[in-house]
Amino acid sequence: MGHLVPEAGEEASEVPPVSQLLDPGFVRSRPPGLPRVSEVEVVRHYTRLGQQNLAVDLGFYPLGSCTMKYNPKINERIARHPGLTELHPLQDQSCVQGILRIMYELAEFLCEITGMDKFSLQPPAGASAEYVGVLIMRAYHRQRGELESRTEILIPDTAHGSNLASASMGGFTVKVVPTDREGCVDMEALSGLVSRRTAGLMLTNPNTLGIFERNILEISRVVHESGGLLYYDGANLNAILGHVRPGDMGFDMVHLNLHKTFSTPHGGGGPGAGPLGVKKELEAFLPVPTVEFDGSQYYLDYDRPLSIGRIRPFYGNVPVLLRAYAYILSMGAEGLRRVAQLSVLHSNYVMRKMLESGGFTLPHSPEKPRKHEFVVSASPLLQSHGVTAGHVAKRLLDHGIHAPTMYFPPIVPEALMVEPTETVSKEELDGFIQAVARVVEEARTSPERVREAPTQVASTKVDEVKASHPRTLCVTYRKYVELYAPHNAK
Amino acid sequence: MRGDGTDAEDFEHPYLPTSSPNIVGEMLAALGLDSIEQLFVDVPTSIRLSRPLRIPRMRSEFELLRHIQGLLNMNRTTQSIKSFLGAGCWPHYVPAVIGEIIARGEFLTPYTPYQPEASQGLLQAFFEYQSMVCELTAMEYANCSLHDWGSALGEAARMAVRETRRRKILVPHFISPERRAVLQTYVEPIGCRVVEVGQSYSTGRVDIEDLKEKMDGDVAALYIENPSYLGFFDQAPEPLAEEAHRHGALFIVGVEPISLGLVKPPGEYGADIVVGEGQPLGLGLNFGGSLLGIIACRGESLLRQMPGRIVGVTTSKDGERALTLVLQAREQHIRRERATSNITTNEALNAVAAAIYLALLGPTGLRKLAETILIKTTYAAKLLGSIRGVEAPIFRAPHFKDFTVRFTKTSAQEVNRRLLAHGIQGGKPLRGEFPELGEAALYCVTEVHSKADIDELAQRLEEVLAHP
Repeated sequence: MGHLVPEAGEEASEVPPVSQLLDPGFVRSRPPGLPRVSEVEVVRHYTRLGQQNLAVDLGFYPLGSCTMKYNPKINERIARHPGLTELHPLQDQSCVQGILRIMYELAEFLCEITGMDKFSLQPPAGASAEYVGVLIMRAYHRQRGELESRTEILIPDTAHGSNLASASMGGFTVKVVPTDREGCVDMEALSGLVSRRTAGLMLTNPNTLGIFERNILEISRVVHESGGLLYYDGANLNAILGHVRPGDMGFDMVHLNLHKTFSTPHGGGGPGAGPLGVKKELEAFLPVPTVEFDGSQYYLDYDRPLSIGRIRPFYGNVPVLLRAYAYILSMGAEGLRRVAQLSVLHSNYVMRKMLESGGFTLPHSPEKPRKHEFVVSASPLLQSHGVTAGHVAKRLLDHGIHAPTMYFPPIVPEALMVEPTETVSKEELDGFIQAVARVVEEARTSPERVREAPTQVASTKVDEVKASHPRTLCVTYRKYVELYAPHNAK
Repeated sequence: MRGDGTDAEDFEHPYLPTSSPNIVGEMLAALGLDSIEQLFVDVPTSIRLSRPLRIPRMRSEFELLRHIQGLLNMNRTTQSIKSFLGAGCWPHYVPAVIGEIIARGEFLTPYTPYQPEASQGLLQAFFEYQSMVCELTAMEYANCSLHDWGSALGEAARMAVRETRRRKILVPHFISPERRAVLQTYVEPIGCRVVEVGQSYSTGRVDIEDLKEKMDGDVAALYIENPSYLGFFDQAPEPLAEEAHRHGALFIVGVEPISLGLVKPPGEYGADIVVGEGQPLGLGLNFGGSLLGIIACRGESLLRQMPGRIVGVTTSKDGERALTLVLQAREQHIRRERATSNITTNEALNAVAAAIYLALLGPTGLRKLAETILIKTTYAAKLLGSIRGVEAPIFRAPHFKDFTVRFTKTSAQEVNRRLLAHGIQGGKPLRGEFPELGEAALYCVTEVHSKADIDELAQRLEEVLAHP
């Protein structure tokens, strides 16, 4: 056994036995096929599994669009404080003032950082916040009697897929806005697409090419004139902290990814947090409850009749919120400003060096600086040596570096999106640059070595086709035994 | 280290390895630039922030810890107050192993395993979690997490709507109002209605006559919670599944995972989709902020409709076993506006914690724990029910963790106020959610409550009610 559970010895003598508390037909007849192992085996099993992963704590992780910055350890210590871990969400308000105050102050910090008027800390991720934003668009237009006619949401072709999925989940038709040759929203196309059917526009700035949308004020004017709302996907906020705020660019709604910009750990895919900030006119629509202060007490406000409702139980991923709060206090105003400056400097430095290797082109305004991330195309390597962006990415794994984001945004062929972040030494930046140069050189001299990568990590190249094929699809251990190890079947 | 913006070039910080004039200078030189500001020339000056952000001054690690500890110490937690709260977030003991594993950088700090070759450990942990969920629920397929029970229900309803092309979801009268509200926000934009089906006020069983009346060709799914939000089991739910299937509707069941170590799993009584809350599986209270949405289904058709990340086993180039994300064509990064859901970041690390928890307990430990909880719940309900002025449990059925209590002489709020003065947190008042139950409250008892704790609650309640 792996863990001794407490028994109800004393109480058991005062109530009927379990066999009489439940109908025999409702008692589980076959035990679930869970592991039967000791605590020692569990610890060794998971510790070994841990050794098969690349992680931010192990090395450079330039995954574009994800802001894989260092996760401060003091934040982990703080998140283990029993003042949070032993607190039930429904306890009497008088007992939870400390955590409510932290949440209230965090919301205020986020308002100041983004130039918005009020934040909801509830959404557990960016995509969830986007969905709330879409619901707020519905509520706003419904209030104006225009929901029937406002059926479209405009989204650039460089957008993260979740933007489109969120709009679609909210019942809207997506109209894709093309990017011009300079790498920005095509203003002419935008004017043609904006109409009385526009509920809103969802935008990331800087965009996923790493380019700042310099026409943002004009974009804001065009959308607002048509009666639409402007939504900011805050995934790329790292580039502009302390320099420019979405609220000052004209955005009505903003979501932040605390697990990106605000250093909370990614955990292999969560938990994260995606707080949503809005301008005054939209405050009434925010999800319930919000955290308020009446001058002496902090409290949860459920009395919001125009709210779009609830998007989840309780109040948000509080341990993540706490870490972000700690991070903001660790950096201060100048620290955050410095974060933006250095993330942008690192990105341009690495980009310059990568282009010098000759294996990549920089589509869209090559003379323009990028911000915290950039997208190069490995097309030259493909054309001359049959080496794709995917091959380059996998070969970088062999150098102990997590690959950049591949094939995104879709408008760049053989795309590699690189985001160094600010939490990396120059030695590591140069190490990455050298690794890239070596892969490019290898692509020229022995491309087959690049194509058969990776060979130095936990697994060689995985057969993705077989993985999803109906005949070999295998997503449980039970199925695995059936397909691969029938001699193990019990 | 000044942090006041007066000398931008000379700012050192433990998280900024390159923040020194020399290193910055080297990089600028490589770019042929004089200052970092030149990289921001394309930002229009009219929108630039011309002042520092008005946030508190930067703190050292020591000052930060002291400040936050001071705030968190203001909270009176369940360590100093005996709490009998459940209702969607339950107090359970978290084994020490879990915290040690998920604190490791190799689990805490990677991203989603989009590069499978360099993430085999994470992928296997997710695969094991999926497998365990399927074993618990007796279903065929599971994903590696949604955000929480409420959004899992919302996604399950949308799956049912897509699968059946119908526009109604039936829910039980005593469904958690919070979950019902979340369900509403998920289905309203697609024109789907939520309709209530009656439940007996004495046994909690779904009113089968009312169900038959409301079941028709436009019902996409019937949803029940077993155990209910109010804690009681329906021990013979098969007729409900039959009624749903007879009309071509899906049967969705919401579960409590620990109870599945002891009671019949929904996969054995006709469920097409199972949803639930994984928080009891080693995630702790955390002010309701560590949740885990469980979802599982049967049949390939529903599998392709299921949102979220799914991990599968395959082979690698040298013939070895390998794992990777599968069926990604369902997801937003491939399918974009036609994806099954927008979900990207989920609750992955919480799923790993849950898998570790289930691996530690195993089938025997889980059953033993469930029995312990069932016995304690029964004892507590019986004991409170013996007090004058208290009816408990309101429903005639076995209860698991949560059970309803009705006060005949005073309000549940007032009881809580007076219990708090004795260092006890009473159950969740239900008058606002189900006024037809009178002055009711939802109390919760788990393995963390000793007999002495329960006896003390009863004693205090007796005192409080004897002097209204």
